[in-house]
Amino acid sequence: MGCGMGKSRPLQEKCDRAIRAALLIQRWYRQYVARLEIRRRCTWNIFQSIEYAGEQDQIKLYNFFGFLMDHFTPASSERNLISHIFRENEICHETEWEKYFCYKGVEVPDSYNGPHLTFPMSFCGVSKLMEAFRHKQQLHARYVLQILGETWRLLRNLPNINHISVCHTKEITICGDLHGQLEDLLLIFYKNGLPSSEKPYIFNGDFVDRGKNSLEILLILFGFLLVYPNDVHLNRGNHEDHIVNLRYGFTKEVLGKYRFHGKKILKLLQKIFSWLPLAAVIDHKVLVVHGGISNSTNLHIVSRIDRHKYVSVLRPPKMTHQRNSGNGDIDGPMEGRRRVRSLTNHSSAPAHRNNFHRRSLHNLSVGNYLSCSVEDELKKRRRLAGFDQSYGEMKTSDSDSDPEFRERTEIYGREWKQIVDLLWSDPMPQKGCVPNEVRGGGCYWGPDVTEEVLGRHSLQLLIRSHECKQDGYEFCHNRKVLTIFSASNYYEVGSNRGAYIRMGPDLVPRCIQYQASRTSRELTLRQSVGRTERSALQALKEQLFVHKSDLIRAFQEFDPDNMGLISLRHWATATDSVLKLGLPWRVLRPQLVSRTHYGMVNYLQWIKELSITEPKLEVSDTSILETMYKNHSNLETIFRIIDTDHSGLISFEEFHQTWKLLSSHLKMEISDKAITDLAQSMDFNKDGSIDINEFMEAFRLVDLSSHT
Amino acid sequence: MAENRQHTETVSDIHKKITTAFKLFDYDANNTVDAREISTIVFSLGCFPSQADLHQIIAEVEEGSSGYVHLDTFLPVMTKVLLEHRFPPIPVEHILRAFEVLDKENKGHLEEGELTKYMTEEGEPFTNKEMEEMLAVLLNNKRGLVYYRDAVGLLGFDGVMK
Repeated sequence: MGCGMGKSRPLQEKCDRAIRAALLIQRWYRQYVARLEIRRRCTWNIFQSIEYAGEQDQIKLYNFFGFLMDHFTPASSERNLISHIFRENEICHETEWEKYFCYKGVEVPDSYNGPHLTFPMSFCGVSKLMEAFRHKQQLHARYVLQILGETWRLLRNLPNINHISVCHTKEITICGDLHGQLEDLLLIFYKNGLPSSEKPYIFNGDFVDRGKNSLEILLILFGFLLVYPNDVHLNRGNHEDHIVNLRYGFTKEVLGKYRFHGKKILKLLQKIFSWLPLAAVIDHKVLVVHGGISNSTNLHIVSRIDRHKYVSVLRPPKMTHQRNSGNGDIDGPMEGRRRVRSLTNHSSAPAHRNNFHRRSLHNLSVGNYLSCSVEDELKKRRRLAGFDQSYGEMKTSDSDSDPEFRERTEIYGREWKQIVDLLWSDPMPQKGCVPNEVRGGGCYWGPDVTEEVLGRHSLQLLIRSHECKQDGYEFCHNRKVLTIFSASNYYEVGSNRGAYIRMGPDLVPRCIQYQASRTSRELTLRQSVGRTERSALQALKEQLFVHKSDLIRAFQEFDPDNMGLISLRHWATATDSVLKLGLPWRVLRPQLVSRTHYGMVNYLQWIKELSITEPKLEVSDTSILETMYKNHSNLETIFRIIDTDHSGLISFEEFHQTWKLLSSHLKMEISDKAITDLAQSMDFNKDGSIDINEFMEAFRLVDLSSHT
Repeated sequence: MAENRQHTETVSDIHKKITTAFKLFDYDANNTVDAREISTIVFSLGCFPSQADLHQIIAEVEEGSSGYVHLDTFLPVMTKVLLEHRFPPIPVEHILRAFEVLDKENKGHLEEGELTKYMTEEGEPFTNKEMEEMLAVLLNNKRGLVYYRDAVGLLGFDGVMK
């Protein structure tokens, strides 16, 4: 290369040179694309591992609650703080619930300028609703309750598995996770047309959480369900679960939009979620379910389950001893874990659920009472039970003695497993079926399991969602499993496309992709990778920042002489051992460590330079801050559980209780003084209570460098 | 990596580099990758092979016709490639001059049609998808012209895995 281009050159040589030039440019460009692909893959891994670690974290927290429930005396205040989340089917029969949820008492003021709905729901009504939401209007609580009420009544009549037919040249459309991203739903309707009897739809779960229009999506989907009940099908996803919603934003969204009626709306939604069908089968050949399957999946068993009894599937139900409390106990597994007797104290009477009422925690005297409660109890129980880390499955020894009881427990356990597997599982390339440790629920299932389960049920294809895919869809297991994900730009603008499936009587799926937001479509490959990458790195830096004490400790192990320097290799090893995200740290290193000194990292300097600001709080104990950062999602979850009247405010005592709970879960000691200091500094307006949202805002980490 | 130029890279360093890049695509966590990912892996290690070169490497490391490559086979082959600096990065000036060769009239830019013709018909031709993407990146104006000087600067080449 590099010759001149004189005009006297023979034509052949010129051609050769041109070819060589083209070759060089092609090589150069392909290298560039490969580099982008590597970056994209790393970025993806970051988001996904943080997301799944969060899910696992939540399940651990919930298991902890379950453990508390099972092993603490009814009198313990900690248990009472959270016991209400396990009491789902309180007292009533459905007529009483109908009264509680009735919309009739809710007046619509004249000042309301949102949409007015008439019932029974009509196509015009849903269109009006969509228009209103497009213009960012909010539906009045009366109409919300009305739609939800009608939906609840309808869902109760649906089977666990809907059997659908696509004969008569009707094509069916199948959508995956939407996660509150209204723009994507509207884009699908725009591209594909609205649901109707000529245009049936299946929505495969995870309508809520994360995005900010979860409720609007639900109302639109329910609206169409009411208008076309035979042509619109909704499957339950793992996020259609009030416990998950506490952490992932849906609860917060509802309470934020409906300050007065939010609690009622959430309660009604709990019931609706539990009544959502679990799966759909098209023409006896194609199974559509949110998560997937396991080697024990049996659709005949699934179709016979009383699905509404599994309000949250986060934990296996425990049968309680049936006592003659004489007021129509609800038989069967309840998320309502009625603690009939404590482990050591056999004399206490069964807790009458009728007598449950919201306790005000403002009158509790804390301090001394607490110091000999949670930690000590836990230690004692653990010793008795003989286990350490996981709260897992435990059988209460006394209840086990009754064989009938044991058998019923087993049946409910089996049913529960069927549901969890359907909603939480992920496919894997290897053969076999193993518990899904990453998410904390369901299984990883292999191609052999797909063959076996599909074969056993005479099915030919499994369509599922649950996992974000870059192209919006992905085949696996010899094209017998198709993942469909409909929330585009899920991690960040430009991170991924969304897609939906069209399927005709030939049962051959066709995937149509899209990407919401004009800006993301115009981004070049490089720009969208760059943007997603920046976002992922920011998320990663936050994780690094909140673990800085652990990181420093890990680094110091590689620096026995205290020089302040460690090799890059050791940096990668130490970071991996602390964060446990399984990321390729060596590859990420250039993005995270900007300066090295002859291949060594000055780790203290590096940690300082992570440039994340800290909240302006005066606390005596700085390690408590770090705990807060690390566990802020758990904290928020606990707060929202404790805030039983959903006011968004908690008292100092409740705050104190929360900390005690969290510290038992984490098995750490936190001094009372530290908690008190913290509480006082969190009371930003000095009125004796803490606003949950303000508190969480204080912990939003901000990258200083992004402001320069 | 820039800072390592001061030391000779040991074989063990090279092994680590290769293994890390390999594992990014090892979804099953069993030290195997799809053969179609080999080109990306090789590129990511700072090499600039031609398609012919890549086919050769893949032929050497693929397990029969399974479509899979095992780390044990890949590691020694790739180590040799890196130790020999077999596919060194292309200096910027060479890329520029390559564009200039194609720019017969010395306009300082290439038309979309011109570039497309070369890239999809000569050398180791691009697929339509590759061409579309390249144009999306390089065509930064409405007149359908590729200002290649800017393009080369924009994409860089540095041969260093970022």
